[in-house]
Amino acid sequence: MENKMFSAQVDLDDFMPASDKEKEYMVQMRPSTTFFKDGVKRLLKNKVATVCFFIIVIITLAAIIIPIVWPYSYDQMLGMTPGKPVDNSFNNLAPFKYGRSEMRRIANGETVIPHIFGTDAQGRDYFIRVVYGTRISLAVGFFASIIVLIIGMTVGSVAGYCGGAVDLVIMRIVDIIYSLPDMLMVILLSSVLKVVMEGALDGTVLAKIGSNIISLFIVFGVLYWVSMARLIRGQILSLREQEYVLAARAAGAPGKWIILKHLIPNCFSVIIISTALQIPSAIFTESYLSFLGLGVNAPMPSLGSLASDALNGITSYPYRLIIPAIVISLIVLSLNLFGDGLRDAFDPKLNA
Amino acid sequence: MNTKTLMYIVKRVLLAIVTVWIVITVTFFVMHAVPGGPFVGEKAVSESVQKAMEAKYGLDKPLGIQYITYLRDIVTKFDFGPSLKQRGRNVNDIIFDGMKTSAKLGVIAAFIALIMGIIFGAVAALRRNKLIDRIIMIITTAFVSMPSFIMGSLLLIIFAINLKWFPANGASKNGLTLPVLTLSLYPMAYITRLTRSSMLEVLGQDYIRTAKAKGVSGMKIVFGHALKNSLIPVITYFGPMLAGIVTGSLVVEQIFAVPGIGRAFVNSITGRDYPLVMGTTIVLATLIVIMNLVGDIMYKVVDPRITLE
Repeated sequence: MENKMFSAQVDLDDFMPASDKEKEYMVQMRPSTTFFKDGVKRLLKNKVATVCFFIIVIITLAAIIIPIVWPYSYDQMLGMTPGKPVDNSFNNLAPFKYGRSEMRRIANGETVIPHIFGTDAQGRDYFIRVVYGTRISLAVGFFASIIVLIIGMTVGSVAGYCGGAVDLVIMRIVDIIYSLPDMLMVILLSSVLKVVMEGALDGTVLAKIGSNIISLFIVFGVLYWVSMARLIRGQILSLREQEYVLAARAAGAPGKWIILKHLIPNCFSVIIISTALQIPSAIFTESYLSFLGLGVNAPMPSLGSLASDALNGITSYPYRLIIPAIVISLIVLSLNLFGDGLRDAFDPKLNA
Repeated sequence: MNTKTLMYIVKRVLLAIVTVWIVITVTFFVMHAVPGGPFVGEKAVSESVQKAMEAKYGLDKPLGIQYITYLRDIVTKFDFGPSLKQRGRNVNDIIFDGMKTSAKLGVIAAFIALIMGIIFGAVAALRRNKLIDRIIMIITTAFVSMPSFIMGSLLLIIFAINLKWFPANGASKNGLTLPVLTLSLYPMAYITRLTRSSMLEVLGQDYIRTAKAKGVSGMKIVFGHALKNSLIPVITYFGPMLAGIVTGSLVVEQIFAVPGIGRAFVNSITGRDYPLVMGTTIVLATLIVIMNLVGDIMYKVVDPRITLE
């Protein structure tokens, strides 16, 4: 068809139905992503956070697996054999050195697992103590954060959702606890709880965990939930004005349902991020207390108590301090950087 | 200063007073909840001696009366009673003696942290992404993630034991150098990072561009325009920094055997010297509360853009 200039006639070919090939071209090839997938993708792009994540995974796996397969245990004094005099040659071994009876076994052709970091003053394999200490420190950090999360989430969401007098009372309590000097209170409470708990725990399952760790958890539960509660309250306050909450309320949903099904899932990124950042601070606090002698019960090691014990022999065995020091710093640093990465990846408001 | 700011200050001061009162109350009742009382664990004493001791320290009265007496003595006379373990000394004297050393330690550390932190932060911001910025950022990241007791112990190994530049004992001559260094490194690293990020933000502002456009010299822009405005976050950190130095001094004084109040506190806990525990907790806690209060108020006064609650 000839096209005349200024003709208003349209080309009918342009209005033919699309062929299958053309339709295929228009299909969106990229699958739809969820919020979670999107965040993970952003997280993986962040090289520092990814490396830190792998460091944490490796350290955690090592702390879980190595104590199972390693031939020595954290409280086994290698020089002590029942019915025989104490063999002093096992005390204060330098790295990769062996005690007297082990030398004999090597001479007989047996293989003896080396003491990678040597032994301590009581003849305990230092490597396994560091690994075990890492395990304790990680576990304390993890569970303390869970406790903080549960209490903070409950109180914060109730305060935020109920508002009014409930909110006012809760937030005044939070203000006061927040302004308490936390470290001093932690030291005070754990030193007293330690004495109180010692007798009370005997014979129960909890006795195995040790009175000091339990008191540490109690202290965390009492003092450290406030910042989590503040954060979640703030989130809930802004979320509860959303239309879907109004819709749920209009449909007759009770408050508990709205909090659990609508509000909390929408604060999830904030919750995960601040829990991730809570773990290193809990590890920090635990090692600080262990250093002052208020941490885990002997002979159980934690990274802080290992560092503290090492101070006594610091002139002769400085590596005993440096090893746990490096491990603590590595854990705290990687968790912090990973937490920062999580925040950048999962907090959409900060992406602007 | 308008009435709103004044109201805020009054509110904060009241909260601080309530906090101190709660600290005193918690400390008192927690210490008295310890089973066995303060004399358990000492040499076995006869019933009558025990009675006499309790009467001497006022422990035979009901708990409520003891609490009121304790509170009254602190408020009116600033008196924390006698120490149980260091015979013949009052808790006040011990705190006062320790305070002289600790205050010196803390003030010098805070001063160094502020000055050096601001300088390093400004340099890092002005040389953004250059080698010196990278080096400063790596070092400060390492310092921020290292607990104070590890920092202190490492400095002890390096400078006191291997190099023998400074004594390991804090009570000797030049002995405060290493403790001061330990205490100042963390806040210094933190201030460096704060200054760097806020300086970068300020350098991107329009008024800096205007100043550049009208031909103000580089030095004048940095000192006259940028630095002054980028110090607001540093002022916010002032209170927490001093509070952190107080808590940090607990372990640092322990590591270097500095005869300060932090060491008195830790030793009193391990030695179960209850009046001393209460006294040092209350004094240190009050200090921290006051520092946070001053920091908060300064923050609101310095930057009028900040909206008050």
